[in-house]
Amino acid sequence: MMNSDFWRAFARNKGAVLGLAILIAIVVLAAFASVFFPGDPWEMATAPFQPPLSEDALLGSDMLGRDIASGIAHGARVSLLIGLTSTAAALAIGVTLGALAGFHGGKVDDAIMRFTELFQTIPNFVLAVVLVAIFTPSLTTIVLAIAIVSWPPLARLARAEFLSLRSREFVQAAITTGQSNSTIILRQILPNSLSPIIVSASLMVATAILLESSLSFLGLGDPNAMSWGYMIGAARTVIRQAWWMSVFPGLAIVLTVLALNLVGEGLNDALNPKLARSRG
Amino acid sequence: MSQFNVMRTPPETAAMNTPLLDVRGLSIALPPGADRPLAVDNLTFTLNPDEILCVVGESGSGKSMTAHAMMGLLPAPHVRVSGGSLLFKGKDVLAMPEAEQRSLRGGRIAMVFQEPMTALNPLMRVGRQIGESLREHTALPAPARRARVVELLDQVGLPNPAELAEAYPFRLSGGQRQRVMIAMALACQPDILIADEPTTALDVTTQKQILDLIRSIQAERHMGMMFITHDFGVVAEIAHRVAVMRHGKLVEYGAASDVLNRPQHPYTRQLIASVPHYIEHRDDHAKTGAPLLVADKVRKVFNVGGGLFKKSKQVVAGDDLSLTIHPGETVGLVGESGSGKSTLGRSIVGLIKPDSGRILFEGTDLLALDRKGFRPYRRAVQMVFQDPYASLNPRHRVGDIVAQGPVAFGEDRGKALARARELLAMVGLDGSAADRFPHEFSGGQRQRIGIARALAMEPKLLVADEPVSALDVSVQGQVLDLLDDIRRRLNLAMLFITHDLRVAAQVCDTIAVMRRGKIVEMGTAREVFTHPRDAYTRSLLDAIPGKAWHIPDDLQNVPAGAH
Repeated sequence: MMNSDFWRAFARNKGAVLGLAILIAIVVLAAFASVFFPGDPWEMATAPFQPPLSEDALLGSDMLGRDIASGIAHGARVSLLIGLTSTAAALAIGVTLGALAGFHGGKVDDAIMRFTELFQTIPNFVLAVVLVAIFTPSLTTIVLAIAIVSWPPLARLARAEFLSLRSREFVQAAITTGQSNSTIILRQILPNSLSPIIVSASLMVATAILLESSLSFLGLGDPNAMSWGYMIGAARTVIRQAWWMSVFPGLAIVLTVLALNLVGEGLNDALNPKLARSRG
Repeated sequence: MSQFNVMRTPPETAAMNTPLLDVRGLSIALPPGADRPLAVDNLTFTLNPDEILCVVGESGSGKSMTAHAMMGLLPAPHVRVSGGSLLFKGKDVLAMPEAEQRSLRGGRIAMVFQEPMTALNPLMRVGRQIGESLREHTALPAPARRARVVELLDQVGLPNPAELAEAYPFRLSGGQRQRVMIAMALACQPDILIADEPTTALDVTTQKQILDLIRSIQAERHMGMMFITHDFGVVAEIAHRVAVMRHGKLVEYGAASDVLNRPQHPYTRQLIASVPHYIEHRDDHAKTGAPLLVADKVRKVFNVGGGLFKKSKQVVAGDDLSLTIHPGETVGLVGESGSGKSTLGRSIVGLIKPDSGRILFEGTDLLALDRKGFRPYRRAVQMVFQDPYASLNPRHRVGDIVAQGPVAFGEDRGKALARARELLAMVGLDGSAADRFPHEFSGGQRQRIGIARALAMEPKLLVADEPVSALDVSVQGQVLDLLDDIRRRLNLAMLFITHDLRVAAQVCDTIAVMRRGKIVEMGTAREVFTHPRDAYTRSLLDAIPGKAWHIPDDLQNVPAGAH
């Protein structure tokens, strides 16, 4: 519930407020990228190898004369878009499977959890690389690949929550008053298990952004979308001559991931007040 | 055992000495934002050597806080002593340096906690845990310590003490663990033993043994003992003097015989009046017509543990359980923990599927029905749960909680909500309750909501699984009265599951006593109480705390409408 208590608890964590501020700034940058930097970020804007603070390019230009600042702003769109959609997809897969496993228990639980473990045993970055390489790189395939490699922890979390809530008396009362399984799952248990799921989802957005950057660093990004990972990957050969080409996109990644982690921690404090108090 | 002696007072010599413990004007402050500023407000009492002082109060009365202040267990810095002094043999404990306080605690003042399951370190052998305080507070060499540990375990009545000292806590039963806790507290021959509800988590028969043990140890060693409890039955068993607390204040303080037999303060009188007890307040239930529910040779075995390659262990929770409930009858199912009473209750409402046997409701075997066929019977058999804090969904409004059943059966939501308001009024809650969330209500009020939820389905049979065991005594009485009143007004049949014979005595027509998955005796409440046939029933009756105490006549709780 997003009431005033929630915000007070959230605001008590100074880091979380800072994280939220950074995140809002990044979202604004992404939303108004074409206002701040009209034109295609792939287009040549100035001379190549312009250092930062030069006339046409605040953060310098790359080997082909593309504006780094413009690339970062447009890249923010891609990063946030991929981070959010792939987390949403991972939530859909993970929470559904976890809920079913936790609610039904027994054989259903066994089957779903073995399936989950199958995914957990494969190193997720390798799997993501393979998936993107098989299905030609595009925004959709990248989102799917990231979702497919990152749902298992969410499934395990949702399962644990459902397992413990299923035996609670209010759920048993729902059974004795004749509610259907889907009503019990959606209306009784799910709302009570959301807090930890929201917290780990917020952290998962950060992981997804890192995964996307790593993929595009390896050249497996969407060739039509400017992305931070791609910028670093492209600039790595000239890192000795032109540090700005990789440092600024790198900073963008660090700031975004840091902000998301801070926000996640703040959410954790606000949604699990008992833990927050023990932090002192 | 001797009769309860109303004249029991501390030995004369005790009064001559200075008090062991002298609490003067003790106040304990709660953090800002708590429901009241002071947890304990200007508390003054004394504890003499060779005396058992019972501190009685309901939850939130500050009785445990007092003990915790003495033991330095207050959750500082949020909760702290804000005034007054705690004198141990004339010296103020709170003014002592930290090191001196520590040597006092565990050495001169020892404590036994409520929950024996969590008070012992699960990874440390029992003997070593007892040895810890010896090592801390005495100069005994290791072999002498070991011998002393065995001696202590023997003194608290544990069999094979030498072997038991080497055991880990998980091998012991609740009663045995509480004995170990007592042995640990006694290790350094303390002058004061503080016992914080030491028998509350135990079964009645175990409770009796532990109370006997505590009493004999106290008499043997002439310790001063502060015994914290909420149960006046227990007070009647062991107290020399009684202090009654409410909302952090001492409301009555005096010799046990005075407080028990001639209570002065209205709150003490109310607490005593709500002690459940057997009174012949109604005629035997006249069984009319066909039985509403017949359980016939119900058997349930649980498979515990086990995995892909491991065979699971089988635990028989219920065996050959047969029981009949007539319309309008209240049947009490009484037994200690693990006796299988809840298993039978849950089988009847369809939360557990028994392995064999039949459960006939108005002649239809519920166990033979599939999910769809069972659905109409869900309405007819409803359940009231034990834990008022876990049985209501914290994210739903009370009105929705009560209306959820009828809505699931296709009733119009508006109509169901209107009916929910009526029901909430019927169970004694304000109409506005429907728009609020469960956390805004107290335990007793939540249990009323749980009852309203069950009634919304217009059941014919109500299964109440320990509906009052999580509640304070005074609230317990109110909820029992409510159940009794509703049962009579709606002519409901009720299966009342409880571990407390006293509670069963108050509301049941018929009582079935269960032990280890079997019903050992079933008869009218009168028969079971006055002429128990089974030895186990007799031992249960014998274990009721304070049974020798005659509750003052003007405080006997006679439910409305009784004969």
